Amino acid sequence: MEFFDFYRKDRWPHQFCPGCGLGTIMNCLYKAFNDLNIDIDKTVFVSGIGCTGRVPGYINADSLHTTHGRAIAFATGIKLSRPDLNVIVISGDGDLFAIGGNHIIHAARRNIDLKVIAVNNANYGLTGGQMAPTTPYNMITTTTPYGQREYPFALAELIAAAGANYVARWTTAHPNQLVKSIKEAMQTKGFSFIEVISQCPVNFGRRNKMGDPVFHLRWIKDHSVPISKMTFDINSPYDIVDLNTKGIYIIGDLVKRNRSPYGEIEKEIEVKGPQE
Amino acid sequence: MLTPGRYFLAGNIAAAEAALIAGCRFYAGYPITPSSELMEHMAKRMPEENGVFIQMEDELSAISAIIGAAWTGKKAMTATSGPGFSLMQENIGYAAMTETPIVIVDVMRGGPSTGQPTIVAQGDVLQSRFGSHGDYETIVLAPNSVQELFDLTIRAFNLASIFRNPVIVLSDAELAHMVEKIEVAQKYDIVEFNQVEVDLVPSFVPLGYGFKVAVTGLTHNFKGYPITNDVKVHRELVTRLVDKIIKNEPTISDVEIINPEAETIIVSYGISSRAAYPIIKDNKDVGLFRPRTLWPFPESKFKEIVKGKRVIILEMNLRGYAIEVERVGRKYGGKDFETIHIIGGEVPKPSHIEEVL
Repeated sequence: MEFFDFYRKDRWPHQFCPGCGLGTIMNCLYKAFNDLNIDIDKTVFVSGIGCTGRVPGYINADSLHTTHGRAIAFATGIKLSRPDLNVIVISGDGDLFAIGGNHIIHAARRNIDLKVIAVNNANYGLTGGQMAPTTPYNMITTTTPYGQREYPFALAELIAAAGANYVARWTTAHPNQLVKSIKEAMQTKGFSFIEVISQCPVNFGRRNKMGDPVFHLRWIKDHSVPISKMTFDINSPYDIVDLNTKGIYIIGDLVKRNRSPYGEIEKEIEVKGPQE
Repeated sequence: MLTPGRYFLAGNIAAAEAALIAGCRFYAGYPITPSSELMEHMAKRMPEENGVFIQMEDELSAISAIIGAAWTGKKAMTATSGPGFSLMQENIGYAAMTETPIVIVDVMRGGPSTGQPTIVAQGDVLQSRFGSHGDYETIVLAPNSVQELFDLTIRAFNLASIFRNPVIVLSDAELAHMVEKIEVAQKYDIVEFNQVEVDLVPSFVPLGYGFKVAVTGLTHNFKGYPITNDVKVHRELVTRLVDKIIKNEPTISDVEIINPEAETIIVSYGISSRAAYPIIKDNKDVGLFRPRTLWPFPESKFKEIVKGKRVIILEMNLRGYAIEVERVGRKYGGKDFETIHIIGGEVPKPSHIEEVL
């Protein structure tokens, strides 16, 4: 697949800021699609509102740019009525986990065959850099002028707990791993979720001494810890919430399950039997 | 599916069966009194008809899911009541903007807020037309019997297909639970997507067939690409969205008129209108104007009869359809306007009208 077979050439130039991580993520998507030779005509991209919500509009496939937070619910309708289609949701952390939090946990619980890429830039970029449910402690945003004073969500861990089949977290500083992860998600049946930590130098970095995209990327890289190096036991004084609060991200595959997806739960029960 | 013949059905069940006859094969919903039986019936019937049924996590996602399904070319519906209908307003606007054919059955109950969950009301009349933000139009149907609820639900799907617009069937707690005799006809005219060409309505190209369709709730050009800061693009798009309904009002609107020559005309719709029949039966001086299509307002029909008339509006809310009836009525020479507003769950009786007469 040629580069401009994947993108809508007539939508160029795009609206993303210089240094934005979305370009990296879109090119990782392109690479994964190219490597796997996925039929783009059998693929629907669905998004909500936000910078990331604009991504499907630039991809040369069927795209549904929906209302704020509801992308997952729209995608559910598409997948159930056309199970033969690849349905990919790409949206931001605020869209999927603040206003749309209820929909994503239920879609993960149903283990419905959607591929979700949640781009986590730790703020609301499109509206001018407000606090998001993912903003780490003490970070300055336009609605936390004195520094963030809430605990952030651990997105990937939340979705893992809700029952998804594949959950991973990568960053824009790990493009090769991200491509591999997208391929893994595309080949996993059931709810697949990749959280991508991404830089937003213009609206988030600038207020936190990371206005230079390279600084921001380096910060992300320095704050990423491979999952193989993490050990938690039940008595540990630290857990994921504490790490997340400090803006430390565990990267890698968090969960790989092969539980039967939505609509095929009968198989699951037949194979394993209900636990008494 | 229901074979032709006579049945004795509750309104909620009749509406569900009518939807299946109309070709509905996708239902997403969230339980809410007094619409739940419709959803329960769909849960049982959809798998039998090779359709999809899903119980969503809330009404926001229920309407989102049916819009998603509609964009794959399926006829899709949901049903709800006031509180859920409020949540759906967001995506009613989205469906209007993206010209998505969907059907919503709103089983009205007493509001505002949680109000009277099991009690009949007609408080959603204005919300069904004005509930979402910005300029848009909906088509709203108001049956007054189980038979009509059945017939109008089929028509709702046809209108949605023809006009690519959300269509709302305003049922109510009384109609939903009332069991009446209905007649299922030998054959119904079912309109598929793109079957009928209407001025101002573009053809519907679903997702999943390689057409690289772009759909957005942003102001968009004919390709579906967002163009949000161009006066002309926005003006043309939104004017067309409104005009495609308003300019086609004469073909959409459907009314029952009895004794059009009478000096006094009762305007009523839905369950309320049943109080008018005993009055007009014995009294040729009183007429009835009953819209089966509330929105777009049946202006082309109302202007024919309203001139010089005394108009009595009967409905189950404090401020509802009367506002529009009076506005349009005065424009076409209506003389005198009185309203009977009954709320609290009491269905209007003929005596309520007699007091005013």
